[in-house]
Amino acid sequence: MRYEMRFSGSGGQGVILASVIVAEAAVAAGLEAVQSQAYGPEARGGLCRAETILSREKIWYTKVIRPSFLLALTQDSLDKYAQNLAPDAMVMADAGLSLPACVDPARALMLPILATARDKVGKVMTANIVAVGAVNKALGLFDEAALTEGVRRHIPAGTEELNWKALAEGAALVTDEQAALFRRSL
Amino acid sequence: MQGNEACVEGAIAAGMRFYAGYPITPSTEIAEQCALRLPQVGGRFIQMEDELASMAAVLGASATGVKAMTATSGPGFSLKQENIGYGCLAEIPCVVVDVQRSGPSTGLPTSPSQGDYMQARWGTHGDHPVIALSPSSVQETYRLIIRAFNLSEKYRTPVIFLMDEIVGHMREGVTLPRPDELIINKRHISYHDGANKQCYAVPEGKFVPAMKAFGQGERYNITGLAHDVSGFPTNNNAVAGALYTRLMEKIGRNLDDIVRVEEYMMDDADTAVVCFGGTARAVMSAVEQARAEGMKVGMFRPITVWPFPEAQLRARLPGLKRVLMVEHNYGQMLLEVQRVAAERLPVGFLGRIDGTVIPPADILNKLREMEGRENAQ
Amino acid sequence: MPSELIHKYMRIDHLPHIWCPGCGNGIIMRDVAVALEELIDDPEVNVSREKTVIVSGIGCSSRAAGYMDFNSIHTTHGRAIAFATGIKFAHPELEVIVLTGDGDCSAIGGNHLIHAARRNIGLTVITFNNDIYGMTGGQYSPTTPTGDRATTAPYGNYDRPFDIAQLAAGAGASFTARGSAYHTRETTELIKQGILHKGFSLIDVFSVCPTYYGRKNHKGGAVEMLQWQRDNMVPASRYYAMSEEKRREKILVGILTHNEYPEYTQEYAKLLEKVQTGK
Repeated sequence: MRYEMRFSGSGGQGVILASVIVAEAAVAAGLEAVQSQAYGPEARGGLCRAETILSREKIWYTKVIRPSFLLALTQDSLDKYAQNLAPDAMVMADAGLSLPACVDPARALMLPILATARDKVGKVMTANIVAVGAVNKALGLFDEAALTEGVRRHIPAGTEELNWKALAEGAALVTDEQAALFRRSL
Repeated sequence: MQGNEACVEGAIAAGMRFYAGYPITPSTEIAEQCALRLPQVGGRFIQMEDELASMAAVLGASATGVKAMTATSGPGFSLKQENIGYGCLAEIPCVVVDVQRSGPSTGLPTSPSQGDYMQARWGTHGDHPVIALSPSSVQETYRLIIRAFNLSEKYRTPVIFLMDEIVGHMREGVTLPRPDELIINKRHISYHDGANKQCYAVPEGKFVPAMKAFGQGERYNITGLAHDVSGFPTNNNAVAGALYTRLMEKIGRNLDDIVRVEEYMMDDADTAVVCFGGTARAVMSAVEQARAEGMKVGMFRPITVWPFPEAQLRARLPGLKRVLMVEHNYGQMLLEVQRVAAERLPVGFLGRIDGTVIPPADILNKLREMEGRENAQ
Repeated sequence: MPSELIHKYMRIDHLPHIWCPGCGNGIIMRDVAVALEELIDDPEVNVSREKTVIVSGIGCSSRAAGYMDFNSIHTTHGRAIAFATGIKFAHPELEVIVLTGDGDCSAIGGNHLIHAARRNIGLTVITFNNDIYGMTGGQYSPTTPTGDRATTAPYGNYDRPFDIAQLAAGAGASFTARGSAYHTRETTELIKQGILHKGFSLIDVFSVCPTYYGRKNHKGGAVEMLQWQRDNMVPASRYYAMSEEKRREKILVGILTHNEYPEYTQEYAKLLEKVQTGK
């Protein structure tokens, strides 16, 4: 079963890294994963999109066709990428963004990801890690060991505590009822 | 691991210890990774002032006996071409990575393309042999770059490593082979007694001269002019002609050793989808879907893209009814496929040059269309 | 009979050279050979023939590499310094000498010149500067004086010329000097100093091209052009004894800049040590 995930936002928010971490956590958990991204020539600002595909089988085609999961951290990215979702897709977006009409609100989680990073973790740049925590809780993808391994490979030494806190705060944004609703088994 | 990263790790495993380059999307991660990794293994990284200088520095370094590499993308590949030709004529081994992007000119710098297929063959002026390899996964990138170095050393020629943005910027799980599982061609430096002696003479039973290295005992000359076996310029047409012929034949007579293809579900196939590099990912997917619909489709993927695997494709023709070429350009490898197959079979084409990736559904539709059209006739 | 020097340091089976009668390049090539011979014979310094690599580009000057009996590489037009950078950086123990011309080094290869100077990598660059593209038959180069004629400047050259030594100095070269075909003893000495200098050194040597430059510009033959160098270029010992006013009319034969900046390959060696020991 091929599970296609798209991570989107504005350049500099770290959505590519979030996508990479999910892919590496998947490999640590023994799954097949392919990760890629599309971005403009500029390294900051502008629409940014990254993709992770998970499967128990060999993954041939490496691009997302119709994603079953969308993370959007900006209105622009939500508006654009909500258009081509798979029928059962789940959307996770930053609280305060307005959900386009094409998305069923019952299949969307609007979470204060940026605010949690800024106010509870204390660093707005941890928003991508907060998001990873929330994504994993909602979808129930990996156990904690695989997830922290995915994160550990990509953070500077000395920032571990900050990032574990970001993961935990992210997970805390999703209730158990919500997680039961959105859980994915691959 | 990212494709570009696997390229660097494989190159280091192959013994690459010198990198000169100039930053260009989407190959930049190769330079960045070399800057980080080479000092750790005692190698040398230099960011040169431009693409021409990068190619020149790589050739200079290789002439001292070091395995050397550079990486670039379309615009930089164009700039490197004159010195790639120098490497061909002076027979200096090195590996040139081209992570293709959409062009011509600045084009779509971050978008995938396979538009340098013909440039890899004909980019530098004059007749010359070319070996070009193209990987379709991160795992294959690691092993194939090692093969690129091995072929480069064995045949004393620059080898083009033709990647694309699809593979270069993709991450997937990689199993790194143990060092003892790898076959690495070491560079053997040989010496004659005295200086300037026949350093371009080909020993009996070989197809290239033995390698020398500056500063390791023997004085000799390297030139980009047509030269005789002593390595000095010549205006003797017979001598120059013999040199050019030998350069062509050292590749042309060793195709069995150089050319590799991957064939997937080809044994009972009546339709071959030909593709190379990252395009194979969509093709594999389409082949499986087509099989599920009962179509007898297989994939024929040149791994060695130059020389084109003519004999391998020709051998498949008797069992085939049609061939479909799928590539991210306006029809470049298509010309080679047509040359080999068009007299006997219909050759279809699916290409794309808008910077997006061809999805499996388009390939499947094309396959249905080709088969359907024939059935209707 | 060739002289002992030629026997020893030239590839006599590849002589006579291709240069025209009266060309200054042969004199400069001899200066390079004498400089190398004196350094190789000097037990005080560590210069050996086996560890010396001569690199050239394309043009009249660049044929010199093939005549000199050292490791030699005759590269592509303009790229000699870039090839040389690869050779030196890969094997810093090699003595890398670049023989180049005004066009090869400051036009098509100008970018490599300024960046090698900026890095201060330990190359010795010797320009055979004859103010013209000789190999292709007399087109103007970046050092052709304004107003002079060339086949591509039939009405006189309207470009402003480069001073190659000043260009290199401005780009950060730690050793720059000027020599001439006439002043062989001084030029040989400057080449020796350039080779011994640890960083990037450039010796801009004025050659003479009677065939394409002299004849077109009514500068006379080889003898007259060398006499011009004798009368207008002054070795340092006399130059600095002259009044400032007088100096303005003359061209110095000698060192223009000499600084001790960190040399590129030595700095890289420190980096390697640091990365590998983790200190």
